[in-house]
Amino acid sequence: MTKKDGFSRRSVLAMPALLAGGWGWADAFAQTSGEGPRRGGVLTYAVAAEPPTYDLHQTATFAVMHRVAPHYSTLLTYEPGNYPKIVGDVAQSWTESPDRLTYTFKLHPNVRFHDGTVLTSEDVRASYDRLRDPPKGVVSNRIGSFSQIASIETPDPLTVVFRMKKVDASIMDTFASPWNSIFSAARLKQDPSFPVKNVMGTGPFRFVEHVAGSHWSGERFDGYFKSGKPHVDGFRAITMSASAMVNALSGKQVLAEFRGFTPPERDRITKALGPESQVFESSWMLHMLVSFNCSKPPFNDPRVRRAVSLVMDRWGGSSNLARVSQLGAAGGLLRPGSDWAASREEMEKWPGYGRDAAANRAEAKRLLKEAGVENLTFTLTNRNHQPYVTAGIFLIDQLRQIGVKVEDRQLELSAWYAAQASGDFDAMIDSFTQFSDDPTNVLVKYISTDRAPEVSITRHTDRDLDALFDKQAETIDKAERTKLVRQFETRLFDQAYAVPILWWQRIVVMNSRVRGWSMSPTHMIYQDLADVWIAPEKL
Amino acid sequence: MAAGHVSGVGRRSGAVADFLRSQPLGAFGLAFILVMAFAAIFADHIVRYDPEAIDFASMLAPPSLEHPFGTDVFGRDIFTRIVYGARTALTIGFLSAFLGTTIGGLIGIVSAYFGGRVDLVVQRFVDIVLSFPIIVLALVVVAVVGKTPVWGIDLNLVLAIAIPIIPRSCRVMRAAAMSVRSMPYIDAARAGGYSSLWIVLRHFVPNVLAPYLILFTAYVAQAILLEASLSFLGLGVTEPKPAWGLMLAGDNSNFYQEAPWMILFPGLAISLSVFAFNLFGDSLRDWLDPKFRT
Repeated sequence: MTKKDGFSRRSVLAMPALLAGGWGWADAFAQTSGEGPRRGGVLTYAVAAEPPTYDLHQTATFAVMHRVAPHYSTLLTYEPGNYPKIVGDVAQSWTESPDRLTYTFKLHPNVRFHDGTVLTSEDVRASYDRLRDPPKGVVSNRIGSFSQIASIETPDPLTVVFRMKKVDASIMDTFASPWNSIFSAARLKQDPSFPVKNVMGTGPFRFVEHVAGSHWSGERFDGYFKSGKPHVDGFRAITMSASAMVNALSGKQVLAEFRGFTPPERDRITKALGPESQVFESSWMLHMLVSFNCSKPPFNDPRVRRAVSLVMDRWGGSSNLARVSQLGAAGGLLRPGSDWAASREEMEKWPGYGRDAAANRAEAKRLLKEAGVENLTFTLTNRNHQPYVTAGIFLIDQLRQIGVKVEDRQLELSAWYAAQASGDFDAMIDSFTQFSDDPTNVLVKYISTDRAPEVSITRHTDRDLDALFDKQAETIDKAERTKLVRQFETRLFDQAYAVPILWWQRIVVMNSRVRGWSMSPTHMIYQDLADVWIAPEKL
Repeated sequence: MAAGHVSGVGRRSGAVADFLRSQPLGAFGLAFILVMAFAAIFADHIVRYDPEAIDFASMLAPPSLEHPFGTDVFGRDIFTRIVYGARTALTIGFLSAFLGTTIGGLIGIVSAYFGGRVDLVVQRFVDIVLSFPIIVLALVVVAVVGKTPVWGIDLNLVLAIAIPIIPRSCRVMRAAAMSVRSMPYIDAARAGGYSSLWIVLRHFVPNVLAPYLILFTAYVAQAILLEASLSFLGLGVTEPKPAWGLMLAGDNSNFYQEAPWMILFPGLAISLSVFAFNLFGDSLRDWLDPKFRT
């Protein structure tokens, strides 16, 4: 990950800290320049989409996370500036039994909700029960993540004990998930759907208002349990389109945007802001893939699916599309550059990752002929915005080169989701993001649809693949688990129910007055804004 | 017979020559339209590249002998995409304008012919539809009906552009038909017991042909602009098909500083084609209308 700061002298001074310290650039900046966090000011930032709910448990969109996260706490969290190190949030300390079947958390005392009540272990239990076994009428998007939890006990107001059915290698990441916001047990008892339309947590900011289509605002919660935080008086998340964001940042109407821009957008903003801009760049835990409808011809035949995967020149696409879009590295199922990623040599053995594009295409043609669909035509269902359109153009061009004709069907987001849910598609440009690199979090996208219908959309059943998924999920030894992950990938690329096209690159551009924010390879963490402060404007 | 034929050809040639001589701007517009039509029909023979083929080696290349209008972010030749875009623009433009002007014209003639309650009801309905701005109505239609591609043409897009044209054409054609209705030969035909269909086809249609042609050319320009607007908004033609409005849309505008040719040439293509149709339409009106003849 790199950070580029306009053209300022201070950015140059901070560069060694950045290179040595990874993502903790803003702190490094403050230390290098001798500045400490300053109190005051209102952080203004842009968010591209409206939140469909206020409830973090039931959603997976950044449109909710980027507005709601400042109002809540979680049990654990990722240490700011030091991803993926996990630290406590409301948990002061924790222990893990030797058999990894019991996790005991001690909570910080005097953590208060915004209504003044004190957070206890009951609130944690009620929130986690709602996540893993939601009452009727409540939607939880995280039931699968907690399937290994047998029971939650609260021996005293500051102790929570999670007992597991079996070992879950990714459980600490799950506890650190930014989606697992802790709600008030009392409020949930009155109304289990309370968080859907109300915001009341223990986070650094108290909710002020949400004006649909306009803004979402919060003010500093003086009772926040982390001393001296938050630094800013409040925040205002302003709803605007992606193109408007570029202009708003360039014109200083907003100070930040936390999701990401394309390289040309980055260049436009940095050109406009000059030394007042700062740029953070990273790979992104977000990949573009093509998902096939495996329940009907022609993609119920693995040879046809594999042929489509084979024709993609991912290496060529990566190096070129990264210049003009958010698409970036070629990679397997795990984020390139992460601990779990396959090496380049390992990847080159998979169909569609070999360096000899001509040989790949010849093999693809052979497979189509063998499958009896030499003159393959199909409809590619896609979203009608970037970088999905770019991925679609790329895939269609690659297929055109072996004579496959593709009808591009670009839909509005809601229509795209409807097509996905109803199975009204041949193949789909799809994407998948998670808050951590842990394999269980990512591979779930590719297991049998009946095991994870909320994310696995390909309508396939593969118990061998499911068994590999389950086995890696229980394996603590990292080397052994990595081997299982490789086996999973090999099986997946052979069957090609869904295959990655390219991974995204994350480019965050903001005004250099914004300090203390941490960059990471996911846009879902570090959004509680507790550490963010605003430097005074230079006159 | 032969002499008559020669005489007919001679009359038509004379008329064309008269138009070209008396309407030089219209002649320029017509010439541009013919060039566009030629490019659209013979696109495969005019250009060297596939309009949809990605060429990473040529990404964002400036205009050169190799690529006269430069290339886009995918290395696709912009001249090629503009030539093929002419096919998209003219096909959708002509089909939509023909459909809208013809249906609207027929409704207008019928409304004028029958008059009374029929005219009242039809014209109030026309008033309602006219209250919607043309782009808003097209947006609503295209959003509701989705896409139905047939031979590479989205029929619903044609429909979406044609529908806002219908009431506008209806109102103008009704006015033209009203003046025909007051003619004595219409009363004579009615007294003679001819059917309404016969009177409309025999007397009304030939007499409103001039305004129809003028309207048609004007609405082709309007339709080309609407198609470009809808494609620009992501509701018309979709990538990777070449269309002028689409070439201005989305991320392309982000490159206006480093690759201005990406939006300059499609913008010029839209402007010049609309200008050409408007010039031709205006000149046709002047030429056909005796009041404008000196």
